[in-house]
Amino acid sequence: MPLITYRDALNQALREELRRDPNVFLMGEEVGVYQGAYKVSKGLLQEFGERRIIDTPITEEGFTGVGIGAAMVGLRPVIEMMTWNFSLLAMDQIINGAAKLLYMSGGQFRIPIVVRGPGGAAHQLAAQHSQSIESWYAHVPGLKVVAPSTPYDAKGLLKSAIRDDDPVIFFEGETLYGSKGEVPAEDYTIPIGVADIKRAGTDVTLVAWSKMVNVAMKAADQLAAEGISCEIVDPRSLRPFDDEPILASIAKTNRCVIVEEGWPSAGFGAQIAYQIQQSAFGDLDAPVTRVTGADVPMPYAKNLEQLAMPSPARVVAAVREVLYLD
Amino acid sequence: MASRVVMPKLSDTMEEGRILRWIKKEGDPVETGQALAEVETDKATVEMEAYTSGIVRKLVAAEGQFVKVGQQIAVIGTADEDISALLPAPAAAVPVEPAPARPAAPVAAPTPRQVRAAPAGHVAAGRHLKASPLALSMAAESGVDLKGLRGTGPQGRIIKRDVDAALAADAFQAGATGSEVPQQRSRRQATAAALDASPESQDIELSPIRRTIAKRLVQSKGPIPHFYLTIDVAMDGVWATYQALRDERSPISINDIVIKATALALRQHPDINASFAGDHVTQYARVHIGMAVAIDDGLITPVLRDADLKSLDEISEESHTLADRARARTLQPSEYTGATFSISNLGMMGIEEFSAIINPPEAAILAVGAVRQVPVAVDGQVRVGYRMKATLSVDHRVADGASGARFLQTLRRYLEHPLLMA
Amino acid sequence: MATAITPDHISRQLADTPKATLVDMLAKMLLGRRFEEKCAEMYALQKIGGFCHLYIGQEAVSIGALSTLRPDDAIFTSYRDHVHAIVKGCDPGRVMAELFGRRDGISKGKGGSMHLFDRTAGMFGGHAIVGGHIPLATGVAFASKYQQTDRVTLCFFGEAAVNIGAFHESLNMAALWKLPCIYIVENNRYGMGTSIERASAIYDVAARASAYDMASETVDGMDVLAVRDCISRAVERGRREHAPSLIEARCYRFMGHSMSDPVHGHYRTKEEVEEQKQQDPIRAYYGRLLAAGLVDQNVLDQLDREARDVVERAIRFAEGSPEPPADDLYADVYSMPYGPFRGSDQ
Repeated sequence: MPLITYRDALNQALREELRRDPNVFLMGEEVGVYQGAYKVSKGLLQEFGERRIIDTPITEEGFTGVGIGAAMVGLRPVIEMMTWNFSLLAMDQIINGAAKLLYMSGGQFRIPIVVRGPGGAAHQLAAQHSQSIESWYAHVPGLKVVAPSTPYDAKGLLKSAIRDDDPVIFFEGETLYGSKGEVPAEDYTIPIGVADIKRAGTDVTLVAWSKMVNVAMKAADQLAAEGISCEIVDPRSLRPFDDEPILASIAKTNRCVIVEEGWPSAGFGAQIAYQIQQSAFGDLDAPVTRVTGADVPMPYAKNLEQLAMPSPARVVAAVREVLYLD
Repeated sequence: MASRVVMPKLSDTMEEGRILRWIKKEGDPVETGQALAEVETDKATVEMEAYTSGIVRKLVAAEGQFVKVGQQIAVIGTADEDISALLPAPAAAVPVEPAPARPAAPVAAPTPRQVRAAPAGHVAAGRHLKASPLALSMAAESGVDLKGLRGTGPQGRIIKRDVDAALAADAFQAGATGSEVPQQRSRRQATAAALDASPESQDIELSPIRRTIAKRLVQSKGPIPHFYLTIDVAMDGVWATYQALRDERSPISINDIVIKATALALRQHPDINASFAGDHVTQYARVHIGMAVAIDDGLITPVLRDADLKSLDEISEESHTLADRARARTLQPSEYTGATFSISNLGMMGIEEFSAIINPPEAAILAVGAVRQVPVAVDGQVRVGYRMKATLSVDHRVADGASGARFLQTLRRYLEHPLLMA
Repeated sequence: MATAITPDHISRQLADTPKATLVDMLAKMLLGRRFEEKCAEMYALQKIGGFCHLYIGQEAVSIGALSTLRPDDAIFTSYRDHVHAIVKGCDPGRVMAELFGRRDGISKGKGGSMHLFDRTAGMFGGHAIVGGHIPLATGVAFASKYQQTDRVTLCFFGEAAVNIGAFHESLNMAALWKLPCIYIVENNRYGMGTSIERASAIYDVAARASAYDMASETVDGMDVLAVRDCISRAVERGRREHAPSLIEARCYRFMGHSMSDPVHGHYRTKEEVEEQKQQDPIRAYYGRLLAAGLVDQNVLDQLDREARDVVERAIRFAEGSPEPPADDLYADVYSMPYGPFRGSDQ
């Protein structure tokens, strides 16, 4: 099976869907001539031309609204946010428009739009360029929210998102673009709303998505050396959210640690913890614990940034805590 | 065709309006869209318009009056038609008489609040019973009484391994181990059963003096404020028994006897068989002695459960087994947790006297030294006698010197008169 | 560049437009007026809830503009959308049922006064965030070009909306990419309680088009024929050249901003309102048609009776429609079936 990067997996998904459906187009800043700020759209302008790969002015609210309007009459736009930090400008269009038009119109206007881009921190990009705000979108009925962690998941989920008739908010990871994984050459999709067990284990359940899956993996490796076996569940979609594998895992391990990059207050992990205690109360031997980003705007200094991010060491400590070791 | 005019809703939050001024009076002609009255709403003063044309036949609401939205304020119709059907019913004349004295309403017995039955699998918790949901359901399924358990989780939370330990201990008690002493076993079982039926422990509230002591001592001496009491026990009787049985295959040790004596003394002094729990003291109803065992890289304390109910033979056998298992590192958690009191004996290493550190969450520990042959004064004469020093460390938040001393007096009595231990 | 409207344009409209169309425009203005008057009464009787923004006084703008369109053209407007909806082709009964929050409403009772939608009639809403629909209209215009049709999109909003970012972003893209969108500013001088002088650095709204090198015109929004003339040229530009336009239609609303606001008081005087009411667009248009010999008082009375009848039938239809069933709460959140959130209390 081919081993490709997360970036190339997204590029393949876009290319295949652009070929498959003439109503699909890509719009955003630097997606065309520049080949994409993160090279996700590399080569697409050459193959599909200006009509379908559209460079925009710096106009997040405007071009997101243009995409939504086009979706109202049956086109299938893929709107790129250079980073999800800039989506704050477009939130009125996404939340008051894309999420609600079908409902307010009594079912008349489907909005088959995908808004995609990298979210979360990279390396020393400072406070305005490092935010993980997927929980803000997961809050809203009418949106679907997806956050793949591997090239295989990224390609399959982006294809599903583009084919989906509802607005999909698609979170990629800037530091994931170069990561490699096996991706089949043939056409495949991954359904939205289905979680994945990234690692089987028996002693503790770890829940992580996007970049945090790697953090959880590293922690699991360290813990394995101490004889502790971690099960890692990657929800892949935050809305709709598949909690069945998590609950089944906790029935086995009786304890759970959630690893999330976002801020602690009202982060999506708090929602997961709520659902776990709701549905698996009797299976819990310890309170559900979260390892989250620090409750600060992201600092620039390298050491402070590392302190602000979840790390394998913090996950290891949390696991030991829920196992009542030391 | 006459119609009623009602107070209109003139803002999205309006619930009532006040007629400030009637612009049209009774008898005036009015057309649709013309201003009828000035109305004060919750947001502004607005002119309300007529929705029909005709003559204003009757103004039902007066200027200055508050009217709820939707209630009638006027009638518009042609000049001469009968509008009696559209007038609001006249208010019944209120007879002017003194309000009757309100009879004292009988105080109804308050209906008992519906107490929701504790869901199956959840033990009705005592005030401070903290257990993980899993521990609760395990306990419910297996019939283990959580009140008898000490939790090893944070803040004394009872967790899975504590229930596991209780289940293992019960299994241990139920199973046969080595030499059987049937009568004692049945007596012990009966007592244990009786104990199981009664509360596992009793919470003693802290008195104000105790509270102050607790606070002051923690500040001065770290987490557990220790104080130490030493006695020098006459071990002649014990020594004789020990010597006589030395040739047996598995001889009873001095320490075994000390364990037994200590356990019996704790039975008499529950204030020492206790634990400090923040804002109260928990006294245990059962006596589980932890015996410190030196192993390669440290120390571990296997637990002899219900030591006060076991015979010396049983204690001896069990302590040997546990010590062996400790050194072989094959102890289960249930075997080294749950002690209510600990004993550390360095006598076999020649230590005369020492002070041990209390194992939290226990409240005391006994440090036992070597049995020494020393000159002693008896009835004015110097003889040779056997003496052993024992130092009790006590958590001052739980007990005072006098309590510790009384415990030691009882301990001494047992050790110096071994027959009392039978 | 703003173009002045001269009577020549008016007389040309009178000459070039079929009589039936001219009379139909009068009928539609009357229908719009009677419908909005009835809404005022229904709101006061609490049949209509929430916010209710009436179009009384501005009829010339929507009737004049919409008279130039084909059925497959699209329109977007703000929350002051009842008359736009009816004139674009939405059934008045279903619009009234929507205002009453009933199941047979045009948005199934899920939208209300501010969210009237009818895909088959090309009515794309009904939007409540000031200026929020301007990018959406620009997107439909984008799709028209992408799909290689000559469909145009009309986007109506008030003069206060031209200060919001979405206006600027949309016009820039429409001019940059040559999108067939006609932006119509219904300048009724007041954004709720704030006059244009207190909100905009430039009084002349149409002048803003120069920032985008976009065609623009200022037109008398109380004169339905002037509006029709102006918009028909903008529509032609859109169809033939894909060029966008910014049209400022100066008009006046006779009622308050919404049913919660007074007609006059803090922000405008009673005298000003009364004076503006003298220039009633319906009376003015009737006067033109009368002078051209195309109608008389009998025709006017007949058209008014018919308008009132339509409105009465609409009320009866709305009254007869039941509330939406409880199951509709979760309908159309997504295009797939949906239910209560897992783990919530429902």
